[in-house]
Amino acid sequence: MTVLRAAGWSVRVHTRALIVGVVLLLVALAVALVNLTTGDFPIPVADVLRSLAGRGDAGTDFIVYELRLPRVLVTLLVGAALGASGAVFQSLTRNPLGSPDFVGLTTGAATGALIVLLIADGSGAQVGAGAIVGCVVTAVAVYLLAFRRGVQPFRLILMGIGVSALLEALNSYLIYRARLNEAIAAQVWLIGSVNGRGWTEVVIVAVAVVVLVPVVVYFGRDLKMLALGDEMAVLHGVRVERTRAVLALAAVGLSAGATAAAGPIAFVALAAPPLAARLSRSPSAGILPAAAMGAALLCAGDWAAQNALPGNDIPVGVVTAALGGVYLTWLLFRERGARR
Amino acid sequence: MTAVLAAPPSSPHRKRGKRRWIGFALALTVLVVMFALSVAIGSRTIALSTVWQVLWHPDSTPESVIVHDLRLPRTLLGFGVGAALGLAGTVMQALTRNPLAEPGLLGVNLGASTAVVIAIAFLGVTTATGYVWFAFAGAALTSAAVFALGGAGRHPTPERQILAGVSITAVLGAIVWAVLVLRREAFDRYRHWDVGSFSDRDSGTVLRILPFLAAGILLALVLGRQLNALSLGDESATSLGAHPVRIRALGLLAVTLLCGAATAAAGPIWFLGLAVPYAARMIVGTDHRWILAFAVVLGPALLLGADVLGRVLVAPAELPVGVVTAFLGAPLFIALCRRRRLSSL
Repeated sequence: MTVLRAAGWSVRVHTRALIVGVVLLLVALAVALVNLTTGDFPIPVADVLRSLAGRGDAGTDFIVYELRLPRVLVTLLVGAALGASGAVFQSLTRNPLGSPDFVGLTTGAATGALIVLLIADGSGAQVGAGAIVGCVVTAVAVYLLAFRRGVQPFRLILMGIGVSALLEALNSYLIYRARLNEAIAAQVWLIGSVNGRGWTEVVIVAVAVVVLVPVVVYFGRDLKMLALGDEMAVLHGVRVERTRAVLALAAVGLSAGATAAAGPIAFVALAAPPLAARLSRSPSAGILPAAAMGAALLCAGDWAAQNALPGNDIPVGVVTAALGGVYLTWLLFRERGARR
Repeated sequence: MTAVLAAPPSSPHRKRGKRRWIGFALALTVLVVMFALSVAIGSRTIALSTVWQVLWHPDSTPESVIVHDLRLPRTLLGFGVGAALGLAGTVMQALTRNPLAEPGLLGVNLGASTAVVIAIAFLGVTTATGYVWFAFAGAALTSAAVFALGGAGRHPTPERQILAGVSITAVLGAIVWAVLVLRREAFDRYRHWDVGSFSDRDSGTVLRILPFLAAGILLALVLGRQLNALSLGDESATSLGAHPVRIRALGLLAVTLLCGAATAAAGPIWFLGLAVPYAARMIVGTDHRWILAFAVVLGPALLLGADVLGRVLVAPAELPVGVVTAFLGAPLFIALCRRRRLSSL
């Protein structure tokens, strides 16, 4: 733990967390670079770098800027947004399972997107807007349902489960009544994918990350106090309900932006924060290390998705879901052991 | 079933006994009405008198074909599936001593459905008879996993069990999606089956799952007295001469049979197993022999009601019954969670 002071400002830095965060960020960027070089038409690393520096030839420029860079940027930013939002939610609910996947946010976003896709025949940015609206509406509904003289974290998760069951029924009905082609498109959207993402999606998720991550990091300083319990936090001068509301809203926004750009990618928000916390040997995940972890995980997952089955570009959501399933089972087994 | 009903009410209070019989009669009446509605109402309007006439005197008119080949099988299927899921929910709640336990929420139905998806996509199984075996395997594996992870018998809180179930559901959902993305032709068959529906099941479906349903229902009903013992806690149950381990094993078998058969026939249907025992407990209290008897009547009544509602609400199209039960059941779940004191979490 080091304290940096400059011109009246002081910042406490968890040294190991800082190192872990930087290393993870470098890993994420390295994998992203590898993703830029691989594809149907392999490009040497040197050419990619030259192209990124603005001195490549026209053919390479086209492949890098139009085909691969948007996808890689979406992957990085979505991973970061999911990691950060997962870290905030897990701290707020004080539960490793309290990620956006479980409190119904991703299902809500999916419902919004499906309504746009299947009923309004929208596409691209409209689907994104639908997802964001769906996510925010669901979040507010879950919060209001769980509110009863303050919000108890566990009740929030249960309400999320109830609401997402309701929305899942709606989703499967929407898919049921659609024509087969549309239904398959919707299903692919539902599993979360970065295939064929363009600059529109980059802008959506970049705005979310650039605006909301600083907010989350600024208010996230109080998360450690909140973890001690509401009374202790009040005693230490934290405005509990306001901090909680701001953090929750910002995390919802991050999750919504990520879902709008890439669909509901499972388990990254669940797994990234605890993994980052484990690496940095701190009890709770820092938000920035978690974001870096999310970006690294999703990039690696996308690399695996492109290369797992030759000639078959499977959605990255399949890969994260498979890995996340293993992680989740392990988590439950460990929890069970801890409770004995 | 008669043996269970004939057992004298264990409560010494006359009033409660009377209330139970009146309640049972009412529930039976509701079931008969729902049964009749399910036969009489559909996307094609047929006069009630015609329905009544062709019901007893089948001829070759379209009305008669509709009633006998479409509505009656569908109604019977709803009857069987409703009884199965109501009983499965009751048994699960008793085994886990968790009023929120439910085959859908705990992932058992989805486990059955995952096994069926794998069978459709990779093993080329296309018949309902084939589905049944895979559904059993899936249901058995998942219920064992949920009980193991949720820690049955130790000091599990109901909410942790739900969380274990939801986690397993998430994993299974991921598997299903992965399979479906890889195999598109399986997806089309699956999406109609997945939603929980009676509409395009052929008339043989009921017959094929009937033996399994009957075995499961019988086993669940016989377990009533043992479940009562179990509800006192393992130590007290043992001192009363019951065998908790054996009861759990039999209960698990019953749940597997019921959920597997129901899911193979109708796809995963949520929340029926939550609502039925809850309603039954409100009427009869805590005696499991009575709760089980009520579940056999209330389950089909609710499911047939939901099915009729699904046919009426958006006529001439129809809402799949799984969607209707989720829309009715999820609010109940939310209300139950809101009401429970958090100290018991």
